[in-house]
Amino acid sequence: MTSFTDGEWHRLHPLTPLLRGGIAFVAILGFFLYNLRDILIEEFFGARSGESEPLVWLYESEYFVLALIAIAVGLAVVIVGYYLAWKMNTFRITDEVVEVRSGIVFRRNRKGRLDRIQGINIGRPLLARLLGAARLEVNVAGQDANIKLDYLSSAAADELRGEILILASGSRIAAAAAQAPAPGGPVSLLDQRVAELLAPELDPNLAPPESVVQMHTGRLIGSLLLSGFSVFVLALIGGIIWGVAATGSYLFLIGVLPALIGTGSFYITRFTRSLRYSIAGTPDGVRIGFGLLSTSNETLPPGRVHSVQVTQPLLWRPSGWWEIKVNRASTSSAKGAAGQANTTILPVGNVDDVRKVLALVLPGLTDDASVELLTRGMLSKGGDDGFVNSPRRSRVWLWFSWRRNGFALLPGAVVLRQGAIWRQLTIVPQARMQSVALQQGPLFRALRLASVKVHTVAGPIVPSLGGIDADEATRFFREVADAAIASSTADTSHRWRSSENAPPLPVMPDAAPPVSAPPVGAPPAPSQNPDGVGA
Amino acid sequence: MTNRLDLPEITWHRVSPRYIVVDVVGGLVFALIVVGAGAAVAYFTGLTWLWIVVAAVALVFVIALALTPRRVRSIGYQLRDDDVLFRRGILYQRFVAVPYGRMQLVDINRGPLDRALGLSELKFVTAAAATGVVIPGLAEADAEELRDRLVALAESRRAGL
Repeated sequence: MTSFTDGEWHRLHPLTPLLRGGIAFVAILGFFLYNLRDILIEEFFGARSGESEPLVWLYESEYFVLALIAIAVGLAVVIVGYYLAWKMNTFRITDEVVEVRSGIVFRRNRKGRLDRIQGINIGRPLLARLLGAARLEVNVAGQDANIKLDYLSSAAADELRGEILILASGSRIAAAAAQAPAPGGPVSLLDQRVAELLAPELDPNLAPPESVVQMHTGRLIGSLLLSGFSVFVLALIGGIIWGVAATGSYLFLIGVLPALIGTGSFYITRFTRSLRYSIAGTPDGVRIGFGLLSTSNETLPPGRVHSVQVTQPLLWRPSGWWEIKVNRASTSSAKGAAGQANTTILPVGNVDDVRKVLALVLPGLTDDASVELLTRGMLSKGGDDGFVNSPRRSRVWLWFSWRRNGFALLPGAVVLRQGAIWRQLTIVPQARMQSVALQQGPLFRALRLASVKVHTVAGPIVPSLGGIDADEATRFFREVADAAIASSTADTSHRWRSSENAPPLPVMPDAAPPVSAPPVGAPPAPSQNPDGVGA
Repeated sequence: MTNRLDLPEITWHRVSPRYIVVDVVGGLVFALIVVGAGAAVAYFTGLTWLWIVVAAVALVFVIALALTPRRVRSIGYQLRDDDVLFRRGILYQRFVAVPYGRMQLVDINRGPLDRALGLSELKFVTAAAATGVVIPGLAEADAEELRDRLVALAESRRAGL
């Protein structure tokens, strides 16, 4: 197997046409064959069924031969089209860029700079998984700035991700040395498929086990049942019961049945998609993986998290569950676990899980003092707990949360805490802040209060805090503005391995099949297999 | 008025007083369109309460226009060593600090009135849409010089996203 990162043009997996759009084609073919069955039965047994079938009608009409030719031509066009599309769709990875060319008539060329990579996603829909293929998506900063390589062979996708991350990391080590055990002799294709299917979602060699957060199945079910959606469903059911009782008519139920079925399938989809959820720290970033049948995993390289928010819906409070979201500079087309936006990196977890995940996404905040402060940020009722909280006079504005509403400045991060009923804690790494604002309207002015805002890239989190004492807010503004400059100058996380200069790597970036790596500093070896993808 | 937010250590650069004209004329045109449309509807329907609404809206516009000189005077900016500070607003005050390394691009916009008076508007764009720093009413030459300086500063302090 050849390395994809040799700067040459490569093609995608040969089954790509089938996986991309061919499924619909196969379905249509199946429909025709099914209908053809009637004709065949008639042909051989003289029996007749399905009188009104359009195919039967066509078979009996004089246009039959013409139709057959039309179908054959159509088939040929589609097949040739798909073949050409595959043939014309090439990609290459150099030291600087990932580049994809595609299109038959309208050519399209897309280049992404490796040092702007915000995440790499590998998706394996069920069918692709069965056929040993995977979809690789490189997310670059910006809207709709994704470079898709669908499909690659499953092993190649894992390997390529590792290689792209190594290149993006600014490492001076060209690539990791091959160290994964080579498969013992030729393995049959079937065995290989089965092995891949049964393999654990997260490769145990990839991440140190203590960094891994697994989804607890009971907690997953509980969190689904205790969601806002369930409240809605309960309200709906209540409404139906009331409706039936009030009118004495059961007609309601007929209209509601599809909704109930939809509800059930919603729960099941969310459940299966979140099963086998894991989030783990690898040397090249945080890896989030999930899925039972169709699996997906995403690697967020270090320094790509622009802000983090830990929230607790009211219903989750008795069980002490939390959810973690992040802001990132790219939008991925792949969905996150539970079909949520892929900015939700922990769908549900207890305080320990939250601590672990925060340590993964904010590696600068793992000292005891910071961890303690963050925990207080989640659980504390407020008061003198290391946060600069709103003054008492702000309770006019913040009825319940004034005790908890406050900020803290940690080395390298700004922490904002809000909400007594819906608790939330927002952490913004200073090195990722875009700007900071201080604001005051007439109401806050009368109370000598002000609000502060930290601007980050667009996402589900808008870090802002209102009702802070005006002097404290001004101090916050000054300090954060200075800290932002200091942190962004010192920050090197976008080239997280550039300080490394000696092999060996602590852990393989992605313990994958052997990489035929060129020696350090050597020019890339010419491709041995121009078609690229060894299936 | 001691409750007002302030950063006393900063000496603010103010924008050109000519910008007051731009702002007043722009506001006046908008006010005339809104009040005119309202008055037309009120006239044709003959509803008394609609006249009251129109009068109230007109009053708000008059007050806003009367405050324009103060509002324009409240706009200020200061280029510090590593970031640019920006302020605006009297009733709703807003201060923003943008590090040079965060600037993705600098826009210069000039409307017809701006052009007639030789003014330009400078807009900073960062990766965050919320930053929203726009300095209006700069003399043309100043704006271009400022832009070139900012771009050079941003280049020398280039950081990752």
